[in-house]
Amino acid sequence: MAFVALGQGSSKTVEPTRSSRVAFVLLAPGVIYLGLFFLTPLFSLIITSLKTASMTGEIGMYDYGLEFGNYAYAVSQYGPQIFRSFVYATVATVMALLISYPIAYFIGVKARNKPVLQALLLTLVIAPFFISFLLRTLAWKQIFSNESPVTQVLQALTLLPADQNIIGTDFAVIFGLTYNFIPFMTLPIYTSLERLDLRLVEAGSDLYASPAKTFWRITLPLSMPGVISGTLLTFIPISGDYVSASRDFLGDSDTSMLGNVVEATYLRMQDYPTASALSVMLMAAIVIIVSTYVRRAGTEDLL
Amino acid sequence: MKLSLGKWLLPSYVAFAFIFMMIPIAYTFVFSFNETEKSNIAWKRFTFENWLNVCDQQEVCNAFGNSMAIAVIATLVATVLGTAIAIALGRYKFKGRGATNLLLFLPMATPEVVMGAGLAAQFLNVGIGKGFWTIVIGHIMFTLSFVVVTVKARVATLDPRLEEAGKDLYGSPASVFWRITFPLLLPGIMAAAMLAFALSFDDFIITQFNAGAETTFPKFIYTAAARGIPPEANVLGSAVFFVAIAIVLIVQLRSSLKAKRLAKK
Repeated sequence: MAFVALGQGSSKTVEPTRSSRVAFVLLAPGVIYLGLFFLTPLFSLIITSLKTASMTGEIGMYDYGLEFGNYAYAVSQYGPQIFRSFVYATVATVMALLISYPIAYFIGVKARNKPVLQALLLTLVIAPFFISFLLRTLAWKQIFSNESPVTQVLQALTLLPADQNIIGTDFAVIFGLTYNFIPFMTLPIYTSLERLDLRLVEAGSDLYASPAKTFWRITLPLSMPGVISGTLLTFIPISGDYVSASRDFLGDSDTSMLGNVVEATYLRMQDYPTASALSVMLMAAIVIIVSTYVRRAGTEDLL
Repeated sequence: MKLSLGKWLLPSYVAFAFIFMMIPIAYTFVFSFNETEKSNIAWKRFTFENWLNVCDQQEVCNAFGNSMAIAVIATLVATVLGTAIAIALGRYKFKGRGATNLLLFLPMATPEVVMGAGLAAQFLNVGIGKGFWTIVIGHIMFTLSFVVVTVKARVATLDPRLEEAGKDLYGSPASVFWRITFPLLLPGIMAAAMLAFALSFDDFIITQFNAGAETTFPKFIYTAAARGIPPEANVLGSAVFFVAIAIVLIVQLRSSLKAKRLAKK
Protein backbone atom coordinates (compact mmCIF):
# COMPACT_ATOMS: atom_id res chain seq x y z
CA MET A 1 0.00 0.00 0.00
CA ALA A 2 1.34 3.29 -1.09
CA PHE A 3 -0.03 5.33 1.76
CA VAL A 4 1.18 3.01 4.44
CA ALA A 5 4.74 3.84 3.51
CA LEU A 6 3.88 7.43 4.27
CA GLY A 7 5.34 8.42 7.59
CA GLN A 8 7.39 5.33 8.13
CA GLY A 9 11.13 5.20 8.61
CA SER A 10 12.86 2.30 6.92
CA SER A 11 12.99 -0.28 9.65
CA LYS A 12 15.79 -2.36 8.26
CA THR A 13 18.20 -1.14 5.66
CA VAL A 14 20.32 -3.71 3.95
CA GLU A 15 23.91 -2.69 4.59
CA PRO A 16 24.90 -0.63 1.56
CA THR A 17 27.98 -2.00 -0.08
CA ARG A 18 28.96 -0.49 -3.38
CA SER A 19 31.07 2.47 -4.42
CA SER A 20 29.80 5.98 -4.26
CA ARG A 21 30.28 7.13 -7.85
CA VAL A 22 27.10 5.47 -9.10
CA ALA A 23 25.31 6.81 -6.05
CA PHE A 24 26.15 10.39 -6.99
CA VAL A 25 24.89 9.88 -10.52
CA LEU A 26 21.63 8.54 -9.13
CA LEU A 27 21.29 11.25 -6.51
CA ALA A 28 22.37 14.31 -8.44
CA PRO A 29 19.30 15.04 -10.61
CA GLY A 30 16.78 14.80 -7.77
CA VAL A 31 18.94 16.58 -5.24
CA ILE A 32 19.72 19.41 -7.68
CA TYR A 33 16.01 19.66 -8.45
CA LEU A 34 15.13 20.05 -4.77
CA GLY A 35 17.95 22.53 -4.38
CA LEU A 36 16.60 24.68 -7.20
CA PHE A 37 12.89 24.44 -6.50
CA PHE A 38 12.65 23.78 -2.78
CA LEU A 39 15.70 25.25 -1.01
CA THR A 40 16.29 28.38 -3.07
CA PRO A 41 12.59 29.30 -2.92
CA LEU A 42 12.94 29.30 0.88
CA PHE A 43 15.79 31.80 0.49
CA SER A 44 13.69 33.76 -2.00
CA LEU A 45 11.06 33.93 0.68
CA ILE A 46 13.52 35.34 3.21
CA ILE A 47 14.85 37.88 0.69
CA THR A 48 11.33 38.92 -0.29
CA SER A 49 10.32 39.27 3.35
CA LEU A 50 12.98 41.98 3.74
CA LYS A 51 12.06 44.00 0.66
CA THR A 52 10.93 47.61 0.93
CA ALA A 53 8.15 49.39 -0.89
CA SER A 54 9.23 50.67 -4.27
CA MET A 55 10.06 54.36 -4.66
CA THR A 56 7.63 54.56 -7.57
CA GLY A 57 4.83 53.60 -5.19
CA GLU A 58 3.36 51.12 -7.67
CA ILE A 59 1.31 48.26 -6.22
CA GLY A 60 3.19 44.97 -6.26
CA MET A 61 6.60 46.58 -6.88
CA TYR A 62 9.28 46.25 -4.22
CA ASP A 63 12.99 46.97 -3.95
CA TYR A 64 15.56 44.69 -2.36
CA GLY A 65 16.34 45.78 1.18
CA LEU A 66 16.72 44.79 4.80
CA GLU A 67 13.37 45.88 6.16
CA PHE A 68 13.02 43.83 9.34
CA GLY A 69 10.04 45.99 10.19
CA ASN A 70 8.02 43.79 7.84
CA TYR A 71 8.04 41.11 10.51
CA ALA A 72 6.88 43.47 13.25
CA TYR A 73 4.19 44.76 10.92
CA ALA A 74 3.01 41.25 10.05
CA VAL A 75 2.76 40.25 13.72
CA SER A 76 1.01 43.44 14.81
CA GLN A 77 -1.40 43.28 11.90
CA TYR A 78 -2.18 39.57 11.88
CA GLY A 79 -1.46 38.42 15.46
CA PRO A 80 -4.97 36.99 16.03
CA GLN A 81 -4.85 34.91 12.85
CA ILE A 82 -1.43 33.50 13.76
CA PHE A 83 -2.67 32.59 17.23
CA ARG A 84 -5.89 31.11 15.83
CA SER A 85 -3.98 28.91 13.38
CA PHE A 86 -2.06 27.24 16.15
CA VAL A 87 -5.13 26.80 18.34
CA TYR A 88 -7.15 25.31 15.47
CA ALA A 89 -4.26 23.07 14.41
CA THR A 90 -3.74 21.83 17.97
CA VAL A 91 -7.42 21.09 18.63
CA ALA A 92 -7.95 19.45 15.22
CA THR A 93 -4.83 17.31 15.65
CA VAL A 94 -5.95 16.08 19.08
CA MET A 95 -9.44 15.37 17.72
CA ALA A 96 -8.02 13.48 14.74
CA LEU A 97 -5.82 11.44 17.10
CA LEU A 98 -8.76 10.49 19.33
CA ILE A 99 -10.91 9.52 16.35
CA SER A 100 -8.16 7.70 14.46
CA TYR A 101 -6.50 5.60 17.15
CA PRO A 102 -9.38 3.13 17.64
CA ILE A 103 -9.78 2.78 13.86
CA ALA A 104 -6.08 2.08 13.44
CA TYR A 105 -6.16 -0.34 16.38
CA PHE A 106 -9.07 -2.26 14.89
CA ILE A 107 -7.45 -2.57 11.45
CA GLY A 108 -3.94 -3.30 12.73
CA VAL A 109 -4.71 -5.61 15.66
CA LYS A 110 -8.28 -6.94 15.58
CA ALA A 111 -8.41 -7.49 11.80
CA ARG A 112 -4.86 -8.81 11.61
CA ASN A 113 -5.83 -12.39 10.81
CA LYS A 114 -8.54 -11.38 8.33
CA PRO A 115 -6.57 -10.14 5.31
CA VAL A 116 -9.63 -9.44 3.18
CA LEU A 117 -11.32 -7.34 5.86
CA GLN A 118 -8.05 -5.59 6.57
CA ALA A 119 -7.49 -4.75 2.90
CA LEU A 120 -11.05 -3.53 2.55
CA LEU A 121 -10.83 -1.29 5.62
CA LEU A 122 -7.49 0.16 4.50
CA THR A 123 -9.05 0.99 1.15
CA LEU A 124 -11.87 2.75 2.98
CA VAL A 125 -9.38 4.76 5.05
CA ILE A 126 -7.68 6.11 1.94
CA ALA A 127 -10.92 6.38 -0.06
CA PRO A 128 -11.42 10.09 0.79
CA PHE A 129 -8.08 10.82 -0.92
CA PHE A 130 -9.62 9.84 -4.23
CA ILE A 131 -12.14 12.62 -4.31
CA SER A 132 -11.00 16.21 -4.23
CA PHE A 133 -10.81 17.52 -0.67
CA LEU A 134 -12.39 20.73 -1.93
CA LEU A 135 -15.48 18.79 -3.03
CA ARG A 136 -15.62 17.01 0.32
CA THR A 137 -15.32 20.27 2.21
CA LEU A 138 -18.06 21.81 0.07
CA ALA A 139 -20.26 18.79 0.82
CA TRP A 140 -19.91 19.47 4.56
CA LYS A 141 -20.68 23.12 3.91
CA GLN A 142 -23.98 22.17 2.34
CA ILE A 143 -24.78 19.53 4.95
CA PHE A 144 -24.35 22.18 7.67
CA SER A 145 -25.90 25.07 5.78
CA ASN A 146 -28.88 26.90 7.28
CA GLU A 147 -31.30 25.36 4.79
CA SER A 148 -30.05 21.84 5.38
CA PRO A 149 -32.24 19.27 7.21
CA VAL A 150 -29.36 18.57 9.61
CA THR A 151 -29.30 22.14 10.85
CA GLN A 152 -33.08 22.34 11.00
CA VAL A 153 -33.39 19.14 13.00
CA LEU A 154 -30.75 20.36 15.45
CA GLN A 155 -32.67 23.63 15.78
CA ALA A 156 -36.01 21.85 16.20
CA LEU A 157 -34.49 19.77 19.01
CA THR A 158 -33.22 23.08 20.48
CA LEU A 159 -29.72 21.61 20.46
CA LEU A 160 -28.85 24.61 18.38
CA PRO A 161 -30.31 28.11 18.92
CA ALA A 162 -32.61 29.10 16.06
CA ASP A 163 -30.54 32.10 15.05
CA GLN A 164 -27.22 30.25 15.25
CA ASN A 165 -25.35 29.24 12.09
CA ILE A 166 -23.08 26.23 12.03
CA ILE A 167 -21.09 27.42 9.02
CA GLY A 168 -18.70 30.20 9.86
CA THR A 169 -18.04 29.11 13.44
CA ASP A 170 -14.86 27.82 15.06
CA PHE A 171 -16.60 24.46 15.34
CA ALA A 172 -17.25 24.18 11.60
CA VAL A 173 -13.68 25.03 10.66
CA ILE A 174 -12.13 22.65 13.20
CA PHE A 175 -14.61 19.97 12.13
CA GLY A 176 -13.55 20.35 8.48
CA LEU A 177 -9.84 20.36 9.35
CA THR A 178 -10.23 17.26 11.51
CA TYR A 179 -12.22 15.40 8.88
CA ASN A 180 -9.79 16.16 6.06
CA PHE A 181 -6.76 14.90 7.95
CA ILE A 182 -8.06 11.73 9.65
CA PRO A 183 -6.43 9.42 7.03
CA PHE A 184 -3.05 11.08 7.60
CA MET A 185 -3.36 10.20 11.29
CA THR A 186 -4.84 6.72 10.88
CA LEU A 187 -2.29 5.27 8.44
CA PRO A 188 0.97 5.79 10.38
CA ILE A 189 -0.66 4.61 13.63
CA TYR A 190 -1.97 1.56 11.79
CA THR A 191 1.52 0.76 10.49
CA SER A 192 2.92 0.89 14.03
CA LEU A 193 0.13 -1.26 15.46
CA GLU A 194 0.39 -3.76 12.63
CA ARG A 195 3.91 -4.59 13.82
CA LEU A 196 2.92 -4.77 17.48
CA ASP A 197 3.95 -8.13 18.93
CA LEU A 198 0.76 -9.42 20.51
CA ARG A 199 2.72 -11.74 22.79
CA LEU A 200 3.80 -8.65 24.72
CA VAL A 201 0.16 -7.73 25.31
CA GLU A 202 -0.57 -11.29 26.39
CA ALA A 203 2.38 -11.17 28.75
CA GLY A 204 0.86 -8.07 30.31
CA SER A 205 -2.44 -9.77 31.03
CA ASP A 206 -0.69 -12.95 32.17
CA LEU A 207 0.98 -10.80 34.78
CA TYR A 208 -2.46 -9.69 36.00
CA ALA A 209 -2.39 -6.20 34.50
CA SER A 210 -5.84 -4.80 33.76
CA PRO A 211 -6.66 -4.23 30.06
CA ALA A 212 -6.40 -0.48 30.66
CA LYS A 213 -2.99 -0.84 32.26
CA THR A 214 -1.78 -3.15 29.49
CA PHE A 215 -2.86 -0.54 26.97
CA TRP A 216 -1.12 2.35 28.72
CA ARG A 217 2.06 0.48 29.55
CA ILE A 218 2.50 -1.72 26.46
CA THR A 219 0.31 -0.99 23.44
CA LEU A 220 0.43 2.80 23.48
CA PRO A 221 4.19 3.16 24.05
CA LEU A 222 4.89 0.67 21.26
CA SER A 223 2.68 2.60 18.86
CA MET A 224 4.30 5.95 19.68
CA PRO A 225 6.32 6.17 16.43
CA GLY A 226 3.05 6.03 14.53
CA VAL A 227 1.37 8.53 16.83
CA ILE A 228 4.28 10.92 16.38
CA SER A 229 4.40 10.76 12.60
CA GLY A 230 0.61 10.94 12.45
CA THR A 231 0.59 14.02 14.65
CA LEU A 232 3.19 15.75 12.49
CA LEU A 233 1.51 14.74 9.23
CA THR A 234 -1.70 16.27 10.57
CA PHE A 235 -0.49 19.32 12.47
CA ILE A 236 1.87 20.67 9.79
CA PRO A 237 -0.54 20.79 6.85
CA ILE A 238 -3.38 22.07 9.05
CA SER A 239 -1.27 24.95 10.36
CA GLY A 240 -0.92 26.27 6.81
CA ASP A 241 -4.34 25.27 5.48
CA TYR A 242 -6.71 27.94 4.25
CA VAL A 243 -9.48 26.03 2.52
CA SER A 244 -11.61 24.99 5.50
CA ALA A 245 -11.31 28.41 7.11
CA SER A 246 -12.13 30.25 3.88
CA ARG A 247 -15.41 32.12 3.91
CA ASP A 248 -16.46 30.34 0.72
CA PHE A 249 -16.09 27.02 2.53
CA LEU A 250 -16.63 26.43 6.26
CA GLY A 251 -15.35 29.68 7.69
CA ASP A 252 -16.14 33.33 8.01
CA SER A 253 -14.12 36.52 8.25
CA ASP A 254 -13.41 35.90 11.94
CA THR A 255 -12.14 32.35 11.45
CA SER A 256 -9.24 33.41 9.20
CA MET A 257 -6.07 31.44 9.70
CA LEU A 258 -2.47 32.22 8.83
CA GLY A 259 -2.89 30.55 5.45
CA ASN A 260 -5.84 32.78 4.58
CA VAL A 261 -3.74 35.83 5.41
CA VAL A 262 -0.83 34.64 3.27
CA GLU A 263 -3.21 33.93 0.41
CA ALA A 264 -4.86 37.33 0.70
CA THR A 265 -1.67 39.36 1.15
CA TYR A 266 0.26 37.52 -1.55
CA LEU A 267 -2.29 36.83 -4.26
CA ARG A 268 -4.86 39.58 -3.78
CA MET A 269 -3.09 42.51 -2.16
CA GLN A 270 0.26 41.71 -3.80
CA ASP A 271 1.90 42.59 -0.49
CA TYR A 272 4.72 40.12 -1.09
CA PRO A 273 6.97 41.20 1.82
CA THR A 274 4.25 40.72 4.46
CA ALA A 275 3.14 37.39 2.96
CA SER A 276 6.76 36.22 2.87
CA ALA A 277 7.43 37.36 6.44
CA LEU A 278 4.40 35.39 7.63
CA SER A 279 5.52 32.30 5.68
CA VAL A 280 9.05 32.52 7.07
CA MET A 281 7.67 32.74 10.61
CA LEU A 282 5.39 29.74 10.02
CA MET A 283 8.30 27.74 8.65
CA ALA A 284 10.52 28.70 11.59
CA ALA A 285 7.81 27.71 14.06
CA ILE A 286 7.32 24.35 12.32
CA VAL A 287 11.07 23.64 12.30
CA ILE A 288 11.26 24.40 16.03
CA ILE A 289 8.20 22.30 16.84
CA VAL A 290 9.29 19.34 14.72
CA SER A 291 12.84 19.24 16.02
CA THR A 292 11.89 19.52 19.71
CA TYR A 293 9.03 17.07 19.27
CA VAL A 294 11.18 14.52 17.51
CA ARG A 295 14.03 14.93 19.99
CA ARG A 296 11.73 14.53 23.00
CA ALA A 297 10.11 11.48 21.50
CA GLY A 298 13.47 10.04 20.58
CA THR A 299 12.70 8.87 17.06
CA GLU A 300 15.39 10.57 15.07
CA ASP A 301 14.86 8.80 11.77
CA LEU A 302 11.22 9.74 11.52
CA LEU A 303 9.65 9.72 8.06
CA MET B 1 -23.45 -8.72 29.44
CA LYS B 2 -20.52 -6.51 30.17
CA LEU B 3 -18.25 -8.71 28.09
CA SER B 4 -20.42 -8.61 25.00
CA LEU B 5 -20.72 -4.84 25.25
CA GLY B 6 -16.94 -4.52 25.26
CA LYS B 7 -16.71 -6.89 22.35
CA TRP B 8 -19.08 -4.87 20.18
CA LEU B 9 -18.04 -1.40 21.22
CA LEU B 10 -14.95 -1.16 19.02
CA PRO B 11 -16.45 -2.70 15.84
CA SER B 12 -19.54 -0.49 16.12
CA TYR B 13 -17.39 2.58 16.64
CA VAL B 14 -15.29 1.68 13.59
CA ALA B 15 -18.40 1.08 11.47
CA PHE B 16 -19.81 4.41 12.58
CA ALA B 17 -16.52 6.18 11.85
CA PHE B 18 -16.40 4.76 8.34
CA ILE B 19 -19.98 5.82 7.63
CA PHE B 20 -19.03 9.29 8.85
CA MET B 21 -15.98 9.33 6.58
CA MET B 22 -18.09 8.39 3.57
CA ILE B 23 -20.84 11.00 4.06
CA PRO B 24 -19.28 13.80 1.95
CA ILE B 25 -18.32 11.33 -0.77
CA ALA B 26 -21.87 10.01 -0.96
CA TYR B 27 -23.18 13.56 -0.92
CA THR B 28 -20.96 14.58 -3.84
CA PHE B 29 -22.04 11.51 -5.80
CA VAL B 30 -25.76 11.97 -5.14
CA PHE B 31 -25.68 15.63 -6.10
CA SER B 32 -23.99 14.77 -9.40
CA PHE B 33 -27.48 13.57 -10.45
CA ASN B 34 -29.24 16.76 -9.45
CA GLU B 35 -31.04 18.78 -12.05
CA THR B 36 -29.95 22.32 -11.44
CA GLU B 37 -30.73 25.74 -12.74
CA LYS B 38 -28.53 28.16 -10.90
CA SER B 39 -26.97 26.38 -7.96
CA ASN B 40 -26.46 22.80 -6.90
CA ILE B 41 -27.43 23.30 -3.25
CA ALA B 42 -31.01 22.11 -2.82
CA TRP B 43 -32.16 18.82 -4.31
CA LYS B 44 -34.53 19.27 -7.25
CA ARG B 45 -34.89 16.34 -9.61
CA PHE B 46 -32.96 13.23 -10.60
CA THR B 47 -31.25 13.35 -13.99
CA PHE B 48 -28.49 11.63 -15.95
CA GLU B 49 -27.97 14.82 -17.94
CA ASN B 50 -24.87 15.92 -16.00
CA TRP B 51 -23.15 12.58 -16.55
CA LEU B 52 -24.05 12.36 -20.22
CA ASN B 53 -23.02 15.89 -21.14
CA VAL B 54 -20.17 16.58 -18.76
CA CYS B 55 -18.37 18.84 -21.16
CA ASP B 56 -21.31 21.18 -21.62
CA GLN B 57 -19.56 23.05 -18.86
CA GLN B 58 -16.43 23.68 -20.86
CA GLU B 59 -14.61 25.38 -18.03
CA VAL B 60 -14.86 22.28 -15.82
CA CYS B 61 -13.67 20.01 -18.58
CA ASN B 62 -10.73 22.20 -19.51
CA ALA B 63 -9.68 22.45 -15.88
CA PHE B 64 -9.97 18.69 -15.53
CA GLY B 65 -7.86 18.09 -18.66
CA ASN B 66 -5.20 20.46 -17.36
CA SER B 67 -5.08 18.65 -14.03
CA MET B 68 -4.67 15.31 -15.81
CA ALA B 69 -1.87 16.59 -18.04
CA ILE B 70 -0.05 18.20 -15.12
CA ALA B 71 -0.39 15.09 -12.96
CA VAL B 72 0.89 12.78 -15.73
CA ILE B 73 3.99 14.88 -16.44
CA ALA B 74 4.74 15.54 -12.76
CA THR B 75 4.29 11.85 -11.91
CA LEU B 76 6.65 10.67 -14.67
CA VAL B 77 9.44 13.06 -13.70
CA ALA B 78 9.03 12.66 -9.93
CA THR B 79 8.95 8.86 -10.19
CA VAL B 80 12.17 8.69 -12.24
CA LEU B 81 14.05 11.17 -10.03
CA GLY B 82 12.69 9.68 -6.81
CA THR B 83 13.38 6.06 -7.74
CA ALA B 84 17.00 6.92 -8.53
CA ILE B 85 17.40 8.57 -5.14
CA ALA B 86 15.72 5.66 -3.36
CA ILE B 87 18.08 3.15 -4.98
CA ALA B 88 21.10 5.29 -4.09
CA LEU B 89 19.97 5.57 -0.47
CA GLY B 90 19.15 1.90 -0.11
CA ARG B 91 22.07 0.41 -1.97
CA TYR B 92 25.11 2.65 -1.82
CA LYS B 93 27.48 4.06 0.73
CA PHE B 94 28.23 7.73 0.24
CA LYS B 95 29.12 10.86 2.13
CA GLY B 96 26.31 13.28 2.81
CA ARG B 97 23.66 10.66 3.47
CA GLY B 98 22.39 12.58 6.48
CA ALA B 99 22.15 15.82 4.51
CA THR B 100 20.31 14.03 1.70
CA ASN B 101 17.82 12.54 4.13
CA LEU B 102 17.21 15.94 5.67
CA LEU B 103 16.71 17.52 2.24
CA LEU B 104 14.11 14.84 1.44
CA PHE B 105 12.40 15.12 4.81
CA LEU B 106 12.03 18.91 4.71
CA PRO B 107 9.47 19.19 1.88
CA MET B 108 7.23 16.73 3.73
CA ALA B 109 7.53 18.82 6.90
CA THR B 110 6.84 22.15 5.20
CA PRO B 111 3.31 23.54 5.03
CA GLU B 112 2.19 23.81 1.43
CA VAL B 113 1.48 27.50 1.73
CA VAL B 114 5.17 28.09 2.52
CA MET B 115 6.34 26.03 -0.48
CA GLY B 116 3.75 27.68 -2.71
CA ALA B 117 4.58 31.24 -1.68
CA GLY B 118 8.32 30.49 -1.79
CA LEU B 119 8.22 29.11 -5.30
CA ALA B 120 6.03 32.01 -6.42
CA ALA B 121 8.45 34.50 -4.85
CA GLN B 122 11.32 32.80 -6.67
CA PHE B 123 9.53 32.95 -10.04
CA LEU B 124 8.76 36.58 -9.35
CA ASN B 125 12.34 37.48 -8.40
CA VAL B 126 13.78 35.67 -11.40
CA GLY B 127 11.12 37.04 -13.70
CA ILE B 128 9.43 33.83 -14.89
CA GLY B 129 5.76 34.14 -15.77
CA LYS B 130 3.38 31.71 -14.04
CA GLY B 131 1.37 29.13 -15.94
CA PHE B 132 1.15 25.44 -16.83
CA TRP B 133 4.86 24.67 -16.47
CA THR B 134 5.33 26.49 -13.18
CA ILE B 135 2.55 24.30 -11.76
CA VAL B 136 4.34 21.20 -13.10
CA ILE B 137 7.62 22.36 -11.51
CA GLY B 138 5.90 22.81 -8.14
CA HIS B 139 4.20 19.43 -8.29
CA ILE B 140 7.40 17.55 -9.11
CA MET B 141 9.05 19.31 -6.18
CA PHE B 142 6.51 18.38 -3.50
CA THR B 143 5.76 14.81 -4.70
CA LEU B 144 9.43 13.80 -5.06
CA SER B 145 10.00 13.01 -1.38
CA PHE B 146 6.88 10.84 -1.20
CA VAL B 147 8.16 8.80 -4.15
CA VAL B 148 11.52 8.32 -2.43
CA VAL B 149 9.94 7.18 0.84
CA THR B 150 7.67 4.68 -0.93
CA VAL B 151 10.32 3.17 -3.21
CA LYS B 152 12.91 3.12 -0.41
CA ALA B 153 10.63 0.88 1.66
CA ARG B 154 10.64 -1.56 -1.26
CA VAL B 155 14.41 -1.37 -1.75
CA ALA B 156 14.86 -2.28 1.91
CA THR B 157 13.01 -5.57 1.36
CA LEU B 158 15.17 -6.61 -1.61
CA ASP B 159 17.42 -9.59 -1.02
CA PRO B 160 20.90 -8.47 -2.18
CA ARG B 161 21.80 -12.11 -2.84
CA LEU B 162 19.53 -12.10 -5.89
CA GLU B 163 21.60 -9.36 -7.50
CA GLU B 164 24.81 -11.10 -6.46
CA ALA B 165 23.58 -14.28 -8.11
CA GLY B 166 22.97 -12.32 -11.30
CA LYS B 167 26.50 -10.96 -11.18
CA ASP B 168 27.95 -14.41 -10.48
CA LEU B 169 26.21 -15.61 -13.61
CA TYR B 170 28.10 -12.98 -15.61
CA GLY B 171 25.21 -10.53 -15.98
CA SER B 172 26.42 -7.04 -16.86
CA PRO B 173 25.46 -4.35 -14.29
CA ALA B 174 22.84 -3.08 -16.74
CA SER B 175 21.23 -6.46 -17.30
CA VAL B 176 21.32 -7.24 -13.56
CA PHE B 177 19.47 -4.00 -12.97
CA TRP B 178 16.87 -4.43 -15.72
CA ARG B 179 16.35 -8.20 -15.30
CA ILE B 180 16.50 -8.48 -11.50
CA THR B 181 16.45 -5.23 -9.52
CA PHE B 182 13.88 -3.31 -11.57
CA PRO B 183 11.21 -6.06 -11.76
CA LEU B 184 11.52 -6.59 -8.01
CA LEU B 185 11.15 -2.86 -7.36
CA LEU B 186 8.30 -2.41 -9.81
CA PRO B 187 5.41 -2.81 -7.32
CA GLY B 188 6.99 -0.14 -5.13
CA ILE B 189 7.58 2.13 -8.11
CA MET B 190 3.98 1.71 -9.25
CA ALA B 191 2.68 2.48 -5.76
CA ALA B 192 4.89 5.57 -5.65
CA ALA B 193 3.66 6.72 -9.06
CA MET B 194 0.03 6.29 -7.99
CA LEU B 195 0.70 8.27 -4.83
CA ALA B 196 2.44 11.05 -6.79
CA PHE B 197 -0.42 11.17 -9.27
CA ALA B 198 -3.03 11.42 -6.50
CA LEU B 199 -1.08 14.13 -4.67
CA SER B 200 -0.56 16.16 -7.83
CA PHE B 201 -4.10 15.78 -9.11
CA ASP B 202 -5.63 16.88 -5.82
CA ASP B 203 -3.15 19.65 -5.02
CA PHE B 204 -4.63 23.05 -4.57
CA ILE B 205 -2.45 25.34 -2.42
CA ILE B 206 0.90 25.11 -4.27
CA THR B 207 -1.05 25.26 -7.51
CA GLN B 208 -2.93 28.40 -6.62
CA PHE B 209 0.27 30.29 -5.83
CA ASN B 210 1.97 29.28 -9.07
CA ALA B 211 -0.86 28.98 -11.58
CA GLY B 212 -1.21 32.54 -12.80
CA ALA B 213 -4.19 32.50 -15.16
CA GLU B 214 -3.96 28.74 -15.71
CA THR B 215 -6.70 26.74 -14.05
CA THR B 216 -6.81 23.20 -12.68
CA PHE B 217 -9.70 21.11 -11.39
CA PRO B 218 -9.16 21.96 -7.69
CA LYS B 219 -8.54 25.60 -8.55
CA PHE B 220 -11.75 25.70 -10.56
CA ILE B 221 -13.71 24.32 -7.59
CA TYR B 222 -12.13 26.83 -5.21
CA THR B 223 -12.89 29.77 -7.46
CA ALA B 224 -16.41 28.58 -8.23
CA ALA B 225 -17.22 27.82 -4.58
CA ALA B 226 -18.38 31.36 -3.91
CA ARG B 227 -21.07 31.27 -6.61
CA GLY B 228 -21.78 27.52 -6.27
CA ILE B 229 -20.11 24.78 -8.25
CA PRO B 230 -21.85 23.15 -11.24
CA PRO B 231 -22.98 19.50 -10.90
CA GLU B 232 -20.51 18.59 -13.65
CA ALA B 233 -17.74 19.07 -11.09
CA ASN B 234 -19.48 16.49 -8.90
CA VAL B 235 -19.64 14.15 -11.91
CA LEU B 236 -15.91 14.40 -12.61
CA GLY B 237 -15.00 14.15 -8.92
CA SER B 238 -17.15 11.03 -8.48
CA ALA B 239 -15.82 9.45 -11.68
CA VAL B 240 -12.22 9.89 -10.53
CA PHE B 241 -13.19 8.38 -7.19
CA PHE B 242 -14.65 5.21 -8.71
CA VAL B 243 -11.77 4.72 -11.15
CA ALA B 244 -9.22 5.12 -8.33
CA ILE B 245 -11.08 2.74 -6.02
CA ALA B 246 -11.28 0.16 -8.83
CA ILE B 247 -7.53 0.40 -9.43
CA VAL B 248 -6.73 0.03 -5.73
CA LEU B 249 -9.04 -2.96 -5.35
CA ILE B 250 -7.53 -4.70 -8.40
CA VAL B 251 -3.99 -4.11 -7.14
CA GLN B 252 -4.88 -5.40 -3.67
CA LEU B 253 -6.75 -8.41 -5.00
CA ARG B 254 -3.83 -9.36 -7.21
CA SER B 255 -1.30 -9.06 -4.42
CA SER B 256 -3.41 -11.08 -1.99
CA LEU B 257 -3.98 -13.79 -4.63
CA LYS B 258 -0.24 -13.86 -5.27
CA ALA B 259 0.41 -14.22 -1.54
CA LYS B 260 -2.04 -17.12 -1.44
CA ARG B 261 -0.31 -18.86 -4.35
CA LEU B 262 3.09 -18.41 -2.70
CA ALA B 263 1.73 -19.76 0.55
CA LYS B 264 0.53 -22.90 -1.23
CA LYS B 265 3.93 -23.68 -2.73
